[in-house]
Amino acid sequence: MADSRISVPDAARRDEAIEVRISIRHAMETGYRTDESGKPVARNVIRSFACRYNGDPVFAVRMSSGIAANPYFRFFVTARDSGTLDFEWIDDAGTRGTAQATVKVV
Amino acid sequence: MLRRWQRSARRSCGFIRALGLNQRWSQTDSNRQTRFAGLLLVPAVALLLITTAQAQQRALPLDVLRSGSEFAGSDVRGMQSDDLANPGFLWVERGEKSWNDSKSGASCASCHGEARASMRGVAARYPAFDAASGTVMDLEARINDCRVRRQKQNALVRESDDLLGISAYVASQSRGLPLSTRIDGPASAAFDRGRAFYNQRHGQMNLSCAQCHDQNWGKRIYAETLSQGHGNAFPAYKLEWQTLGSLQRRIRACLFGIRAEMPPAGASELIDLELFLAWRAQGLPLEAPGVRR
Repeated sequence: MADSRISVPDAARRDEAIEVRISIRHAMETGYRTDESGKPVARNVIRSFACRYNGDPVFAVRMSSGIAANPYFRFFVTARDSGTLDFEWIDDAGTRGTAQATVKVV
Repeated sequence: MLRRWQRSARRSCGFIRALGLNQRWSQTDSNRQTRFAGLLLVPAVALLLITTAQAQQRALPLDVLRSGSEFAGSDVRGMQSDDLANPGFLWVERGEKSWNDSKSGASCASCHGEARASMRGVAARYPAFDAASGTVMDLEARINDCRVRRQKQNALVRESDDLLGISAYVASQSRGLPLSTRIDGPASAAFDRGRAFYNQRHGQMNLSCAQCHDQNWGKRIYAETLSQGHGNAFPAYKLEWQTLGSLQRRIRACLFGIRAEMPPAGASELIDLELFLAWRAQGLPLEAPGVRR
């Protein structure tokens, strides 16, 4: 379940603010629902999501039950150097997801 | 028990009032509509008879057809048209992986090659008659048939992420192409059954599909606008479901809403209805994976 889709511009000028978008596949089970036999379904949401740019944290979110399934983030990062954006998230079940995108500064 | 029944009866009256579908009203209105439409329909029908070999009378003429996205808000439309914001593409990508997956024998790609070329336009022609089995198949049924007969693999469960992934991937290859299902020849029996189902009153609310989607589209039902009920966006991501779902799931949800019996997923009644709906939406662009509220 570590599917995600990322969009980053192909190339950026130095110090330009680039738009980063990511959509992560996750059911974001709220913990408020019950199954057919009436038993509560355990909460399983992505607890935290973070993005590092060449190792430096640039964006982080803590989430709870209020976020819809398949969360989608859009944020801006100043393109200092060519390198990588590393995305990492972890859910209540302890499942870790990672993804990577390349930033090219010209 | 009695109290619960009374409460539910009151609620259904509210539902019917909300639709403007109390029986007397709908009767007189439909008479008036028939008479009025009759005047307009004569030249239109004559033209259709000339242009197509087997013209079927349309409750909604082709020039008034409006895709469900036109009834949605700009937020939902924006989400659908942006390939990254559209969550349906998470399934499309999953489907692309399945398409090329040859771990358990022949992959889809082993026979069909590049889906971009080989599957272009295919979904727009479905449901379609399959000569080998003698039945009409929707896209999901065709995929499962291929898996079982050709790939010697197990059939995928309807509404499973695996099956939705492949059908969304295949359907997305036909995005923008007009729906053009064939209803003549061996498919005509299924088409007639689908049309009958569409016009038949169902369930405790005693409503037919036509009463909402032919006679009252554009009006409000509670907070929603009634659409014309076209399936051209499916499989679609429904925000209500928080997931991708097939047209059959959507139809079942409608049947649930009017408190009617829901045929099981994959039932032939649903496929017949899908065939009728595809013909009814003829010419509308395929939008899969769509986004709907």
